[in-house]
Amino acid sequence: MTALSSSPGSGALPAAARAGADGATAARSSTPSAGAVSDAPLSAAGAPTASRTRGPREERVQLSHLLFALPALAFFGVFALLPLVGVVALSFTSWNGIGAIEFTGLTSWTDALTRSTTWHGLALVVLMVVATWLLQTPLSILLGAFLAGQQRYRNLLAILYFLPLLLSSAAIAITFKSLLDPNFGLANGLDMPLLRQNWLGDPVLVWVVLLFIIAWQFIPFHTLIYQGAVRQIPHTMYEAAQIDGAGRVRQFFSITLPQLKYTLITSSTLMVVGALTYFDIIFVLTQGGPGIATRILPLDMYLTGFRGNEMGVASALAVMLVVIGLSLALGVQRLGGRDSSASQMEGA
Amino acid sequence: MRNFSLSRRSMLGATAGLSALTLGACGTAGPGSSSGGGGGASASYWALSGEPNETIYGDSVEAFNEGDQGTIDLTFFQNDAYKQKIRTAIGAGEAPTIIYGWGGGGLRTYAEESQVDDLTSWLDENAEYRDRFVESVWAAASVDEKVYALPQGATQPIILFQNTAVLEDIGAEAPETWDQLLDVVEKANSAGVAPISLAGQSRWTSMMWLEYLLDRIGGPDVFARIAAGDAEAWLDDSVIAMGEKVVELLDASAFADGFESMAADSNTDQALLWTDQAALMLHGGWTFGSMKASGGDFVSSGRLGYGPFPTIDGGAGELANLVGNPCNYLSVSSAASDEEKEVALAFLRDGAMSDQVATDLIASGSVPVIVGQEEALAASEDADYLQWVYTSLQDAPAFTQSWDQALQPTEAETLLVNIEQLFLGAIGPEQFAENMAAGKGA
Repeated sequence: MTALSSSPGSGALPAAARAGADGATAARSSTPSAGAVSDAPLSAAGAPTASRTRGPREERVQLSHLLFALPALAFFGVFALLPLVGVVALSFTSWNGIGAIEFTGLTSWTDALTRSTTWHGLALVVLMVVATWLLQTPLSILLGAFLAGQQRYRNLLAILYFLPLLLSSAAIAITFKSLLDPNFGLANGLDMPLLRQNWLGDPVLVWVVLLFIIAWQFIPFHTLIYQGAVRQIPHTMYEAAQIDGAGRVRQFFSITLPQLKYTLITSSTLMVVGALTYFDIIFVLTQGGPGIATRILPLDMYLTGFRGNEMGVASALAVMLVVIGLSLALGVQRLGGRDSSASQMEGA
Repeated sequence: MRNFSLSRRSMLGATAGLSALTLGACGTAGPGSSSGGGGGASASYWALSGEPNETIYGDSVEAFNEGDQGTIDLTFFQNDAYKQKIRTAIGAGEAPTIIYGWGGGGLRTYAEESQVDDLTSWLDENAEYRDRFVESVWAAASVDEKVYALPQGATQPIILFQNTAVLEDIGAEAPETWDQLLDVVEKANSAGVAPISLAGQSRWTSMMWLEYLLDRIGGPDVFARIAAGDAEAWLDDSVIAMGEKVVELLDASAFADGFESMAADSNTDQALLWTDQAALMLHGGWTFGSMKASGGDFVSSGRLGYGPFPTIDGGAGELANLVGNPCNYLSVSSAASDEEKEVALAFLRDGAMSDQVATDLIASGSVPVIVGQEEALAASEDADYLQWVYTSLQDAPAFTQSWDQALQPTEAETLLVNIEQLFLGAIGPEQFAENMAAGKGA
């Protein structure tokens, strides 16, 4: 649990910070809106700006760099690595949370790997990752490209649109839960029988609801990243295309989309890793139900550990999640090639 | 690109550190071991938030603290949050001096791990205190003949509530047999109201149906065997017959449309009853207070009816058998210091269930588990209901503890998962019995 505890509940935090890491390089910019937010902390921790504009020169890690990183590394060690070791150790024990911790070898692992809920949860995680990506990426790109235009009203829209991200997941889940109540929810309030569905009690409908709410919450964030990235694309490219007679659609597919490649990778990494850890919304909204229809692996881990009091098995599940999360994140990064995290400023 | 990867790593580190800090802050937001002022010894006490109990127990602590037996530090937690926090706190050696609980299987794990004190000899010394309580509360407080917890609060049997106005409208009577129940279901469905209100998403709500069905079909012994650790008892014929009755109800559309979407924590199941949209609701006695408080004139106009769960032809269980929670319990942490324990026991003896608490409980519409309340109950504005509950409690041949409280926590979680699957129709009665006997979570 501990190793992953930095993700459920605080999903937005690493997401924002990591966006900063990639966004800043891609978006050191003339438009202050998106880039400016994330730029500041990074340049403080990274190399002097002068060398960065000119591309990768310095290969040696200077002592001063290490000194700057030291507090962060210490935090990382104490709060991320140490608990991770603890969880790995716990996964080889049986513990009910209050009694003595017994070393039982691989028992917890065999338990975890032979339970049908584990595989069910894993399949749901895959479904979650694929579905959120397919749903959110195209919409975010289109919205991002649209909002990157210059008219003032678009900025206003962007701000309004960003609001859902500012709400906590728990608040969102509680609100939607009331709205979706079959007897006292939106359907009754608006007197629209069509909305009167068994939203959270039907194994299929509940997924429609979940994916919708998650999209509603997170598309604004990804839109913001894409908006920033689109504003980085040099105008000269579009002017050249116009002279060549390219229409708006052609411009989008031939210039905007290819230029967004690295942003796409950043955004996808966040989405994929984020989808692994959706916990709060599901926990509040459905508790994994109906039945086990939404009992994704992180939730299964939590319920096994803190409801079922099987800390050993829960730890084994946690380790599995760490491994899956890391491999997925590395995989997506690799898709982009080695230079995906390099600065693209001089690329035009 | 070394520079960049270094900064990325530090970003990650900072992120991890920050989120750990945030979480850490949540973790220690509890009361810890802060000592109350006043100079004397103090003991900590965690209780559940929510009215009217928050005020009642808050007052009892204040009254005790004004005396000279020490100070109690009281902190309130939400129900679900408490259930998970208390285990973690006990495991980490950070438990409060007074541990609130529900007795049964949860208490057994604490007792077996020596986390709570054996209070048997203390009770022998304080026989007067012991005799204040209704006899039936002690079973769930005991593990292997030793008492590890003291009763607190109101008795909470599960009751079949009715909306008498709806029953009258559809031309049905309050059911006392299974056939009468099915008759209500049919009449309600053809009249377009929900026969039975059920917040199925909460799972323990559906469990209440199983508890009574099994009692009425197989008698209280079947679950008594299960609670005693005999997993084979899940394979008893009466368990399968119980599942078949659930299927019968589902086939008859007995539960409100979309019941799987409803959760009990928002009280929409009660609202369905008090807004005349449902005929029946099987629920804990504690809902009386909230229906009275939130249901407008539902209770005062006499539309709220109540009665025992129907009998089933050929079944072994009696109409008077009850299921539910005998009451709540308070234990003393064995990790506490002698000084803390002394204050805690003084509070438990003189404060936790004082006469004032009993009076307040009655005023809030519940029945304290203290003997000799007849007069006070008769004088209450909810006299009819409260006296009925009190009599039912004393006349009940058997009072089976709620299953999720009676079982060990791990088995209770397995049970809840399988119950939900059964009510969804995802598994049948036989599969349910087999899963439970094998300890398999769906």
